[in-house]
This record gives sequence, C-alpha cells and structure tokens, in this order.
Amino acid sequence: MFPARYWREMPQRYRLEAGKCKRCGKVCFPPRLVCPKCGNRTFDTVRLADEGVLKTYTVIRVAPSQFTGQSPYAVGIVELDGGVLITTQVVDILLDEIKLGQRVRVEFRRVQEDGSAGIICYGYKCVPAA
Amino acid sequence: MAGIVGYGAYVPVHRIKVEEIAKVWGADAESYKKGLALVEKSVPSLDQDTITMSVEAARNALKRAKIDPSLIEATYVGSESHPYAVKPSGTVVSEAVGTSRNTHCADFEFACKAGSEAMFVCVGLVNGDTVKYGLAIGADTSQGAPGDALEYSAAAGAAAFVFGKEDGVAKVVATHTFMTDTPDFWRREYEYYPRHGGRFTGEEAYFRHVATASKQMMEKVKMKPQDFKFAVFHQPNGKFPMKVGEMLGFKREQIEAGWLAPILGNTYSGSSPMGLTAILDVARPGDMILMTSYGSGAGSDSFVYEVTKKIDEVRDVAPKTRQQLDKKRYVEYGVYAKFRGKIRMAD
Repeated sequence: MFPARYWREMPQRYRLEAGKCKRCGKVCFPPRLVCPKCGNRTFDTVRLADEGVLKTYTVIRVAPSQFTGQSPYAVGIVELDGGVLITTQVVDILLDEIKLGQRVRVEFRRVQEDGSAGIICYGYKCVPAA
Repeated sequence: MAGIVGYGAYVPVHRIKVEEIAKVWGADAESYKKGLALVEKSVPSLDQDTITMSVEAARNALKRAKIDPSLIEATYVGSESHPYAVKPSGTVVSEAVGTSRNTHCADFEFACKAGSEAMFVCVGLVNGDTVKYGLAIGADTSQGAPGDALEYSAAAGAAAFVFGKEDGVAKVVATHTFMTDTPDFWRREYEYYPRHGGRFTGEEAYFRHVATASKQMMEKVKMKPQDFKFAVFHQPNGKFPMKVGEMLGFKREQIEAGWLAPILGNTYSGSSPMGLTAILDVARPGDMILMTSYGSGAGSDSFVYEVTKKIDEVRDVAPKTRQQLDKKRYVEYGVYAKFRGKIRMAD
C-alpha cells in the first residue's frame, strides 16, 4: 500500500472513525463524501464500538502476496454494537473454533507491510471477546 | 505532585513452554526451569509488535483514566524493539489513541528500562506543569537468539500509564535513578539478536544497580522495606527479582503480586511496569509500592507510589493483567519460530 493512501485512511483504520449523516443519521464506514441514503454531503465524525458479533466468515488459503505469511486466515463480517458492519480478519483463534454469532473485540494489529523495507500498515482486526 | 491517573497492560494470547524450546535444542528443560524460575513465556503473533501492544495497553490505561485522549500532551514509548529504525512508534500510538496534535512525542531506548524512562520523564513534565497529562509506555517483543539462554525468557507485553497532576489511582511520592557504564548486554546496529556477558549480567549489573537505586530511594524517602505493602523489580527471569528483594530485606509476599516472570517471561521494557499494573489490580488505598526497573548498559529507575481511594473505582474498568495472563494458547516451536521471524523466507 502506498504511504499516501495508508495515511489518508488512518482515522478509519486506527480509530474506527465513521461519518454520520447530518441530515438522515446514517452511519457510513468507511466515511463517504455523499450519503448513500439521502444524498447529503455533510457528516459528523463518530467512533464505532469496539465490540460486536461475527455474522459470517470465510477462510483464505491462497492469499495475496502481502498476506501469504498469514495464510490460512479468516476474514469475517462483524456487526459492531450499534449496527455497523465491518469486514475484518479474525485472529487469535483456531480456524475450526470460529463460531458464527460469537462476540468479538477489535484490536490494533499489523495488517500488511510493504516488504522488509517498506512501510508497516496498521489497522483493526477482531479477536474473541471472552 | 504527579499521580498515575490510569494504567493498563497488554499480554499477547500465545505462550510457549520451556519444555518446547528445550526439546528443539536438546537442552534439559528442568534445569532451565529451575535456573530461571519460569515455566513459559508469552509470544507475539505475526501481526503484533511494540506498537500494536502499546496501543492496546494505552487504550486500557485511558479507559481507567476516564479522560479525553486529546488532553494528553506527551506520548513516550520505551522499547528496544521499535518496529522502525527510523520513524517513531509514538506517532502511531498517538494517532491510534487520539491524543492532541500538540503532543510531545518520543521513543526511548535504554535496554529494559526504556519503559520506566518514559514514566520518569512524564512525572517530571507533569510536576513541572509543562504538560497536563502524559502517556508513558513500556513495551517489547524481546529478542533472544535461537538456543541461547535468553530464548527461554524473552517475551512480549506492554504496560501504559497516564500521568496527571491529580493524585489519580496512585500518587508518585518520589523518583530516583542510578546508572553506570556497564557493558553487560547489548545489540549492535544491524544485528538481529542481542549479546550478553553471561554471568556478568548478574552481580555487577542487575543486582548492583537495582539494589543501589532501591536503597538510595528508601534513604531518600526515609522508608524501610517493611513500610511497603508491595515491591516490584525488573524481572529478567523469575529468580533475580526474588533474590534482590531478599537482599534488600523484602519478604516474598511483598513481591509476589507483581512477580509475573514465572508465567510471562521477560518483557524487557514492559517488565517492572507490567508488574506494577498487576500490583495496582490488587492494591488497596493507602498501600505503598516500591518499583525499581533495570536496563542493561546499565541503570535503574526507582519510584515510590502511594495508592489512593480512586483505585477501587477504576480497577475493573479494563482487563486486569493476571486475567490476561490466564487467557492463553500454547504454540509449538515451529509456530513460535514463524511468529518471531526466525525462519528465512524467499523474497
């Protein structure tokens, strides 16, 4: 990932910052320029909850080059408390122990790195809550 | 007078037992367990490093501090395993927890006492009214060469403290430091693993510095070992902190609450600060705590804390340190070697 793009996405990747439409209240994550529900262009910045429920997941066995060291790994859709859905890796759990509906918690992790000399990209992943 | 307003720790979930490491190198596990007084150590995952653990520990500290992170005006991360050689860990941590943009930010390095250095400087800045709140972190994903004695103890973890002018959960009664130029342990530029002076790391290094700093501190505050409810010393293994405590006149029960090395290993810059978090998890208002770190090279920072009534309000707001230690998943040596980057991969 290029440093400039990584830098632009830090608020959402580091702090789960979302955009809440000032007109209709829809929460967009990642933040958007135009509300997909009402077309409004002004948003408040809100932080999403750091816990939620795993709704579904898949296991990646043939990974993109920057993730090969981590494969096989789980990528799931988590409904955070408050209702926003995020796509995230689910880690610190054996793949055959993952259960749909289980509580998970957001943790700050390394997501990918640009080789051994490039930048390290940090962001969120989910781990079992209990 | 500065106080600890919030505190937090982070322990990775993975562990490796001494037996598993000894099996690979044909070593006698029992002699290592007895010699080091530890049975297992924490292991960071592939996606964990000093920065990620610092952020998690800092978030736990901020939950207990119950302050707006934007009020933090100093962020210091002490570690000897900063992920970048050039680029601060502290900027990532500040951005992730949402401190002020005017936060004074720096990474510290002084072998295993980099974390207490961060604490020492934050206390000074708060006492001098230079900052309202300061965030001090000690964290490491410690390195130990394969097969070396260090491999049995070099672990991973982090502790974070928010210091402020109010008493908080513990008042900082006094700070003290002692240092000499002692080449007991080092890592040269571009070297992957540290080297050490074997037995020289004991008497003239660890014991001299920890004992001297602690004695001088007790003289400074006119206190004796029996005046303290708890004491925590740097924990390169399970044996040294107990031995130095005994040398100083402390009893085993004063040290046990913060004695994490037997089931955590040596978290280097996180070591005595993590022990302090475990003590705060069980301390009562009015308890006095002596903390003395140790960093090779060499030096010790000593702190005296007095626990306040507020501890009972915030203790359960974030995960306790021993609760995190109880949550674990064991890995075999192969997985450990992969997690720690000990396997040479194709580009």
